[in-house]
Formats: sequence, structure tokens, C-alpha cells
Amino acid sequence: MNKILLASVFSLSLAVFAGSLSSAPALADNSDPVAKGTAVAEEWDRRDQGFGDSEAIMKMELENRHGEKSLREMRQQIFEIKEDGLGDKSLTIFDEPRDVKGTAFLSFAKTFDPDDQWLYLPALKRVKRISSKNKSGPFVGSEFAYEDLSAQELKKYTYTWLRDEACGELQCAVVEQIPVYEDSGYTRMVTWYDLSEYRQQKIDYYDRKNELLKTLNFGDYRQYLDKYWRSHDMFMVNHQTGKKTRLVFEKIEFQTGLQESDLTKNSLKRVN
Amino acid sequence: MRFANNWLMGKNHATQNAALVTMTRGAVLAGAFMGAVAFSAQVRADDDEGGNWDFSGFAAMDLRVFPDSALHSGQRDQHLNPSLVLQPEISYEWNDGDDRIDFIPYLRIDPQDSERRHADIRELKYLHIDDGWDLKVGADKVFWGVTESRHLVDIINQTDAVEDVDGEDKLGQPMINLGLQNEWGDVNFFAMPYFRERTFPGRKGRLRGSIPVDTDKAEYESDMEEFHPDFALRYTTVLGDWDLGLAHFYGTSREPRLLARPDANGQITLIPRYDIINQSSVDVQATFDEWLWKLESIYRQGQGDDFFAVSGGVEYTFFGAIGDAGDLGVLAEYHYDGRDEDDAPATVFNDDIFVGARITLNDTADTDFLAGVVFDRLDHDRSFSVEANRRLTDHWTIEGELRLSDGISESSPLYDARRDDHLQVRLNYYF
Repeated sequence: MNKILLASVFSLSLAVFAGSLSSAPALADNSDPVAKGTAVAEEWDRRDQGFGDSEAIMKMELENRHGEKSLREMRQQIFEIKEDGLGDKSLTIFDEPRDVKGTAFLSFAKTFDPDDQWLYLPALKRVKRISSKNKSGPFVGSEFAYEDLSAQELKKYTYTWLRDEACGELQCAVVEQIPVYEDSGYTRMVTWYDLSEYRQQKIDYYDRKNELLKTLNFGDYRQYLDKYWRSHDMFMVNHQTGKKTRLVFEKIEFQTGLQESDLTKNSLKRVN
Repeated sequence: MRFANNWLMGKNHATQNAALVTMTRGAVLAGAFMGAVAFSAQVRADDDEGGNWDFSGFAAMDLRVFPDSALHSGQRDQHLNPSLVLQPEISYEWNDGDDRIDFIPYLRIDPQDSERRHADIRELKYLHIDDGWDLKVGADKVFWGVTESRHLVDIINQTDAVEDVDGEDKLGQPMINLGLQNEWGDVNFFAMPYFRERTFPGRKGRLRGSIPVDTDKAEYESDMEEFHPDFALRYTTVLGDWDLGLAHFYGTSREPRLLARPDANGQITLIPRYDIINQSSVDVQATFDEWLWKLESIYRQGQGDDFFAVSGGVEYTFFGAIGDAGDLGVLAEYHYDGRDEDDAPATVFNDDIFVGARITLNDTADTDFLAGVVFDRLDHDRSFSVEANRRLTDHWTIEGELRLSDGISESSPLYDARRDDHLQVRLNYYF
């Protein structure tokens, strides 16, 4: 653990140093894979800063190994928090399946500490503070774990560049990421960042036994506000169970006038 | 989950005009509602944005299975009690959701117990959300509290006790609720112009005491009866890992005392009596990783000697402990209630321990189980409960509930229900 932390601190300071030398991260020295991997991730992070807030309508299609499908539909509001050590605030409201309609999930993400989370149960009109130690647990029975969907903060991982290679029509940097936060279900992830826009194109997730567990493919990237890229089609395959989940964003809007005060424990009680 | 046994102390004179009473209440609510709509239409007339209608809800088939024969005279001696439930929800929102009207009527058709065959308006409210404040006018449900096996501080809504013995089903409460959100916490004011009487199973129904409650003859401490204005104030805040709530309620006790009175024929019946009370409460939850620490406490004046009651406990979750992704939660709670045995409504939670387990499989069908037992430290009786839920398809779900009691002596408040162990299976269709 200490080694990981030290490596992380070391790599971050290196990255800052590298960043100050050149604005183009791809120029980082190939002989230092930690600095290079970190620089790639920093560029990915930098390009996504300042989005402010967003609102999305999402559909999730869950498919078991027999091909049977079930649908989830939800809306999500995200408010960007820029403070160090804190992640974004998000509110997720379920519309489908109908028996969980109106159920809402509020999360205040943190980089290293457990997130603050509340759940609203509409049948009882009850707001419950819940434990967020279930990071590796499945989100609504899907192949996405909570940690796959929670705010992707730069400092949640250490980064090591592995290689550059073609990914479809694009050229990608392949970076190994090791979670620094507690309770992750992964020993490591391998992420493909395209070198033209620094978007995540694919992630391989390795379980606690370091065996390939899942692969997430990002498709249908669209650009917003001339800057922010969002994948509208995220497809997760579990290699060990054969189950699949497709997460489709039907609509994403940025800077909708959402305020931080719209994402509170009180606002959970009045979702619709 | 709750084991409150309101029906123990209750019963009922079978009455045919429950529907009529409900209609009258509906008219009162509708009046408040129309006022709210008129107000909002006036304020927002300049806004041309189109609103959104939303229609949803559920229909359910319930089947209660009682292995034992009915004990009390007048009860229908049938082992199977089928019933139907319908709860549609209609919402209309405009101004980007800042203004909204929700309407949730409720209907249960029970062929055996005419008191359980009832309709209600669970919600009919106008809600306005503004910057730092919100306002609600109409009938709604409000939940306060943190513990699982007793909802001690939860007082705004009346319990719909014919629905289930767990006390979690509530009647819609007419109210004006102003909420103010501040940096230092949220403050909510409640004014409740009309009181809802508790429902009780009828003479023919199961899960009642030996003498039915005659809800038509309810008595009140206040001369204004159900029109006594009730008020409540609640403050809530989040301080790091701590969620805190403080509240005060002044008005008609939601819990009635049950007084034995002879009726016109000289038969003893039970009459609900609603006192005016003051109740202060605190509820706290501390969330430390897998641990949830919970405490609720009340101090009540107005029913005999002032008294104090407390419920507190812990919940610990072993995440991922079941199969690939299932969670196992273990719960333990203790309940103390110092109320006057003669001058306050009876409770089963005078000195009780609850232990339970919750299994959440986190699968596609959202399967979960909750099992628990309440031990009474004074009467030594035990109430067991097992609940299970599972989604069958995108529209259908199934629920099962098993409630058993054991070790009941004649002094136990569960004595009258010793033959009412039952299994309930519910099939829901959500639309």
C-alpha cells in the first residue's frame, strides 16, 4: 500500500514537472511510463474540466447469458465540484422499471474517502442515508459497478503508459490504471485513450484475482459546447458470466442552470 | 419493517358508510386543492411553457393465509382472505417541474372485512419549489425517522391499520407545509387543518382484538374534534457522517386510547379517544463505513404522566457476502417506552429487543429478504416476520410476508392475536 501511495505521489509530481515543460502530453518521455501514463490521464481530465453541470436521460439494457433482456430508464443530474479531494454531486432518478419509479439516489463523491450517499424510497417517502462501501457492487443488477459510474476523478488512480496502438480508425495510448481508493473490486484497469481528443475508448477491468472480468466499449461520442465529449453508447461485457449491459444516453444537456442547491437531501424528497 | 400491533388494541363495528366518510374527506381535500391550483394559476399565468402529464401506479392481488381458525366471535372463519388493491398516480408538472400537482387515490376491495374495504386519497397536493424554499398544499405523506423495527418519531400521518400490522401504511394527511432550506439546515413548518382517524379491522376481520373498535363513535379531547388545527416544526441537518432531525408536534395524537363502553344494547365496545398532545423528538443516524448507528427518541405530554421513549440500534452490512454480489445486513434495535399503562395508548414496544437480517441479492430481479424477531423482555413473547420481494418481469413483482408469534401468555398484548399467524402473498402489476 505504501508503495502504491509513494508511486502515486511520485508520479503526480513528475507529471506536474512534465506538464510544465511542454503543453503536449504525448511528448513525455517514453522511457518513463508512469509520467507518460499520468500525462495522458491529466490531459483527459483537463479537457473535461469546467463543464459545470449536465442533465441526461439514460437507458440501460441488461442482458443475461440466455439473451433475456430487461430495461432500466433513469435521469441523472450532475453538478461539477472543483474543490480538491471532492468529486461531483449527482442525483439519479429512476423511471423504469415501474416498480422502482421515483426511487432516487444522491451521491456526493469524494476522491479517496467513501462518498456520501442517500436513497429515496417513494412508497414510504423515506430518505435513507446509506453506506457507500459497496463500490464494487452492481448498480441496479447491471454489469456496471457503482465505481464504474461514479465520478471519474483523476487522483483515484495511478497511471502507467503501456503502449500506443491503433484503436479502430484512431491511434490510442494504452494506460494501466490502479485504483488508489479503498474497496475497489479491481486490481487494475487498462484504458485506451485516443490521442486525437483524449477520450476513453475502451476499458478492461481485472478482478481481485487479476483475471479479466469485464470490458467496457465507448461508442457514439458527441461533442458539447465545442469542448466536452460524451459517449452516448457504453457497452459492458462480463467475460466471466457472459452477461452484458448497454448504457445509452438518449439526451445530454450541459449548463442547464442546475445549482448545487438542487442536489441536496431535501431535493430527494421532491423528485418526480 | 415494523411489528406495531395497532389492531391488538383495536376493533371495529362493521360500518357501511366508510366510503361515504371517505367521500366527505375527499371533498375537503378537493377544496384545499382547488384553492392551491387557483393560487398557482394566478401567480404563473405569464408562463407559457407547456406542462407534462404523468400517469402510473399499480394494481395488486393480495392473498392472506391463516392456518388457524378465527378466535373471536363475529370473525369470518375463513383461512384464505383474498383482496384487491388499486393505486393510480397522476402527476402534472409545469415550470420545468417547479410547480406540480400529484394525485394518488387508493382503493382496497376486501370481500370479508367491510372496514378493510376502503378508499383513501393518499396524495392530492400542489407543490411549488423555489430558490431556498418550497411549499406544499394538500394531502400528502411525510416520513420522519431512521430506525427499522419501530417508527417512533414519525407522527404527521395517521396509520392505515387495516392494511398491515407493520404500521407503515398511512392515510393522506391534509396540510400546508412550508420548507426553508438554509446553509445551517432545513426547517419545515406544518399546519394540519383536518385530522384523520385511525382505521381498524371490522368485526368480521382477522388481526383484531377480542372486542372490535367502533370507529363511528370516536371521542376527542378537543371540542373541535377532527378540525382541531395541529402544528409541527422540524429541523434537519447533515453534519458530515451525521444526519440529525429535531421536531415538535402539537395537536391530536395519532394514536388513540381505546375505551371500553357499553353500546345501546349493553354490549361492550371499544371507542377510540384522541387526546391533544405535545411531542418533542430527536432522530439521529451516524453512517461510519459499513455501520449505521440509529437513535430515535420522543418526550410526550398529554396522555397521563409525561413520558419518554427511545428506539436505538445498529445496522451492519457485509457487502458482497452472498454469492457474487449479494449483501447481508444484520440489524439490532432496542425499544423502551415509559408511557402510562392506564392513561396512554397501549404499545407493544415497552421493553423490546429486535434482531434481524436483510439480504439484498443485487440481481436483475432486485431480490431481497428481510427477517426479524421482536422479543418482549417483560411478557417474553416473540414476533417473527419474514418478507421477500422479487421482480418477475418489467411490470410484475411478487412479495411474500410471513408473520408468526410465539410464547404468548395471557398478559401479553399479543394474546388476542395468538391465532392470527399468517402468510401474505402479493402480486403487483405496475403501470
